[in-house]
Amino acid sequence: MARIVGGIFTSHVPLIGKAIANPKLQQEPYWKPFFDGFHEAHRWLDQVKPDVVVMFYNDHGLNFFLDKLPTFAIGAADEYRNADEGWGLPPFPPTPGEPKLSRHLIESLVNDEFDLTTCQEMLVDHAFAIPLQLLWPGVGGRAIKAVPICINTVQHPLPSPKRCLRLGQAVGRAIASYGEDTKVLVVGSGGLSHQLDGERAGFINKEFDLECMDKLVNDPEALTRYSSIDLVELAGTQGVELLMWIAARGALGDLTREVHRNYHIPISNTAAGLLVLEPLDSTASKSRPIAERVTTAIA
Amino acid sequence: MTRHRSIPGTIIFGTEEAQKGYALNRMCFSFNNAENRAEFLKDEEAYCRKFGLTPEQIQAVKERNVLKLLEAGGNIYYLAKFAGIFGLNMQDIGAQQTGMSVEKFNQKLLSARN
Ligand SMILES: [Fe+2]
Repeated sequence: MARIVGGIFTSHVPLIGKAIANPKLQQEPYWKPFFDGFHEAHRWLDQVKPDVVVMFYNDHGLNFFLDKLPTFAIGAADEYRNADEGWGLPPFPPTPGEPKLSRHLIESLVNDEFDLTTCQEMLVDHAFAIPLQLLWPGVGGRAIKAVPICINTVQHPLPSPKRCLRLGQAVGRAIASYGEDTKVLVVGSGGLSHQLDGERAGFINKEFDLECMDKLVNDPEALTRYSSIDLVELAGTQGVELLMWIAARGALGDLTREVHRNYHIPISNTAAGLLVLEPLDSTASKSRPIAERVTTAIA
Repeated sequence: MTRHRSIPGTIIFGTEEAQKGYALNRMCFSFNNAENRAEFLKDEEAYCRKFGLTPEQIQAVKERNVLKLLEAGGNIYYLAKFAGIFGLNMQDIGAQQTGMSVEKFNQKLLSARN
């Protein structure tokens, strides 16, 4: 049976792509505190060895436009390609899909009353590619198979934090009922607080970010008291990408163990966050000794 | 116009803005393609007209004025592709919108650490 080995939550600012293309930059004072935060995530990944990633991310106008804009969409493709997002940068390498898991998720989620748009062709933007590049440096999306789940953050009304948490919980149930012996890593890509547009551009809210990271560990339900507009007010117009973290967290069950976190201001206009969590319920019991080893190592 | 709670210095891009800004955003979405970017640069106004932009939107494009583009229904995710054509990054855009120098804007970001 499939099981979730853990969740990784990370920012995905396009500018990170520049430092990925030129690794020397990663040693510079601007970038070092951000990239150093990933060493512990790499060690943890080496131990839990996931087979497939289920990634919650938001499209920034590469695959979806306002003509047809799904609130929730899921990939069911053999391969996911990146493409020019308007800046003429070389595309990130393609990521192989896991169509069998995609089909299982689609059937399970729709039966569970989450009506997603299904996509057999789907371009994935930096929000999907950058986390994979950060987690598997030098290899990126080629390192692992993936199923992307896209949540609308472009046009309001956005789904509520509560709805996103429930979607993640349904994804967790679907993975638990997947008959293959597969180890799944759940990724939430986005945030933390930032605002690109308007006179309030440059808005960052460290206190709220840290509160959200704390709540995500063992009380994600607390975040459901916010509306999506509350998130805009507290985390900025793009800080609403926190919805990806909330959805991904939902898949991990009630309680988790915090393996690692990092928080750094700023990368571009963004407070960059990284959180690594392991589920503590029965489906993840096999990974518990690994968690203990890792937490001892960083204590 | 916006029925949402007002957050200072912030436009909530809702269904109404999405309709108002549709042509402008559709043009910016087309900038995912390098050939389209080249065509725009060759004759900006003709390219704007091809997408049916309003005079207000064409003027905001001419001025590269992000606040006016937002006011005209532009969405920042698509406008970022427009800004990229001129090599403007998010700190340049942030500085323009807040009326600060880029240096001041960067200081503002850094000050969020405390
Ligand atoms: Fe983003």
